[in-house]
Amino acid sequence: MSSIDRLFERLRASGRKALMPFVTAGDPDLDFTAEVIRKLAARGAGLFELGIPYSDPVADGPVIQASFTRALDKGIKLAKIFDMVGGLTAEVTTPIVAMGSYSIVYRHGLEAYVVEAKRAGVAGAIVPDLPADESGPLADICRREDFSLIQLVTPTTPRDRALRIAERTTGFIYYVSVAGITGERTELPPDVVDNVGWLREQTDLPICIGFGISRPEHIRMLAPVADGLIVGSAIVRRVAEAATRPRQRVLAEVDQYVGELLAALE
Amino acid sequence: MRATSQVPDPAGRFGPFGGRYVPETLTRALEQLAAEYDKARADESFESELADLYRHYVGRPSPLYHAARLSRQVGGAQIYLKREDLNHTGSHKINNTLGQALLTLRMGKRRVIAETGAGQHGVATATACARFGLECVVYMGEEDIRRQRPNVFSMKLLGTEVRPVTSGSRTLRDAINAAFRDWMSSVDTTHYCLGSVMGPNPFPRIVRDFQSIIGRETRGQCLDELGRLPDLIVACVGGGSNAGGMFYPFIEDEAVALVGVEAGGRSEKPGDHAAPLGFGRPGVLHGSYSYVMQDEDGQTCDVHSISAGLDYPGVGPEHSYWKDTGRVRYLNAKDAEVLEAFDTLARTEGIMPALESAHAVAKAIELAAAKRPDEIVVICLSGRGDKDAAEIARLRGVEF
Repeated sequence: MSSIDRLFERLRASGRKALMPFVTAGDPDLDFTAEVIRKLAARGAGLFELGIPYSDPVADGPVIQASFTRALDKGIKLAKIFDMVGGLTAEVTTPIVAMGSYSIVYRHGLEAYVVEAKRAGVAGAIVPDLPADESGPLADICRREDFSLIQLVTPTTPRDRALRIAERTTGFIYYVSVAGITGERTELPPDVVDNVGWLREQTDLPICIGFGISRPEHIRMLAPVADGLIVGSAIVRRVAEAATRPRQRVLAEVDQYVGELLAALE
Repeated sequence: MRATSQVPDPAGRFGPFGGRYVPETLTRALEQLAAEYDKARADESFESELADLYRHYVGRPSPLYHAARLSRQVGGAQIYLKREDLNHTGSHKINNTLGQALLTLRMGKRRVIAETGAGQHGVATATACARFGLECVVYMGEEDIRRQRPNVFSMKLLGTEVRPVTSGSRTLRDAINAAFRDWMSSVDTTHYCLGSVMGPNPFPRIVRDFQSIIGRETRGQCLDELGRLPDLIVACVGGGSNAGGMFYPFIEDEAVALVGVEAGGRSEKPGDHAAPLGFGRPGVLHGSYSYVMQDEDGQTCDVHSISAGLDYPGVGPEHSYWKDTGRVRYLNAKDAEVLEAFDTLARTEGIMPALESAHAVAKAIELAAAKRPDEIVVICLSGRGDKDAAEIARLRGVEF
């Protein structure tokens, strides 16, 4: 049982939901990434999605893409990211999930990626360009290491396929709210609620919804059917301002924003 | 392991290479495309419509031309050119885009997106879309737009919207990223007309099959006109579509040597070339497992080539398979050699090759020189060089 499994067990027992902020590792630098995680963990974030910068992300919109490019321009390395997480886990018990391209995972070595991530205290992985059909070798290692491998289900996923994906998922199912790339949206498609509702009847796995979520009304709309909600671009955009503005002020604003989302979740 | 033409397997694997490494959002569209393609291939009316387009619209079969003056100057084997440059739109790219346009119609989609480097695939896609009344958007890196202005304007004349890509290296690789991002949001109504034998399953197979008309014709022309198969075939390799289409029908003909020529660029230093088969390692990029130029963290490296069409850090998975099985030998030609080959072909034969194709010309001349006069070398002349005239002028400091 991974720390993610324990988290959702606890939340479900008390009828609560998780907010899952997405933070790009190393934008503007790893020290600030660690500060954001500490701050938001204290504020009540349920778990974190830590974005591992990649040179060619195809599922990400302009905000996250640009944050990856900035971090890479400064020479961010995977080993340094794991070091940063390792330094945090003494004080932060909130589970951290690493979101990184299979290009990175494969080059690093499947086994080494999982083992090193786990040693640093990472609880699981999202590999956005590794669909369930190709995930066998990595899934075997993750299972052995009790390391969650979170798979995605999207609005374009046929229902029979969604069931097969659920069978191969550990930790939670990442339900993608829209057929598209990451990024803030004014409105979310109304059928998300029904689609997730259907999925919930098919599986006991926790379901977290991501893509496009940025406003308290989104949270209120989706919280009833989800175990967790993922907020990415809206946070990355705010955190990025730390490159040019006083860091403590940016940190306070991010903290306040996440506070508003958490309030909507209650 | 011996190379066979019975690849890929149903998962899109050429030996260990290939596969489908894409976001879940695109999976259904790729499965739909694979299913529609299989259905089309079993449908005689699809085959006959495509054959008719090749003959009356593209101008196929393209000639196999004996470059007699070039052969004499080189002083070795007899050099023949497979004249894909004479196709409508000036390159081999139209072989694939017409096929994919027909598939688009069969799937009931009305919008097509494409990436382009040199602009040849962009023009060929724009042309096929105009021919079938499909809406077309082409993504092109800003750096390539600068290098290939004539093609950009042609696409616009054909009614296509050219969207400049300003992220990353602003070349082919980023144009592909942008096209994939568009497709993520438009996948229900849009077909992504990928231009090379790369990307996620089933693209490497589909594009290879459509381009195989090059090799099938060459094989028939050699047997009919020369009475035997060639000794050596040379083609340039970026993503690898003209080489893939040329080589595939010869894979089981072990007496025919096959050589692919990558972009050697300025030097063998990382960042100075675009030769993943020569200097890269297997990894994942743009949906498939293949040789790629990556750093130790899996980040894609910057690459360089004088020709926009070869300026790409990856290569199609079947080429990786052919490399590892030893069926195809991969060399590279440096920018300077390429320009020299361009001049040589222009002045001995009155044919200006595309800078991409000039890579093949450069190495073919070298290899032919060491052969006997009764040996036969075929070069896949994948495209015409008019589009490069302005860029060559710029490189030589000539102002119009």
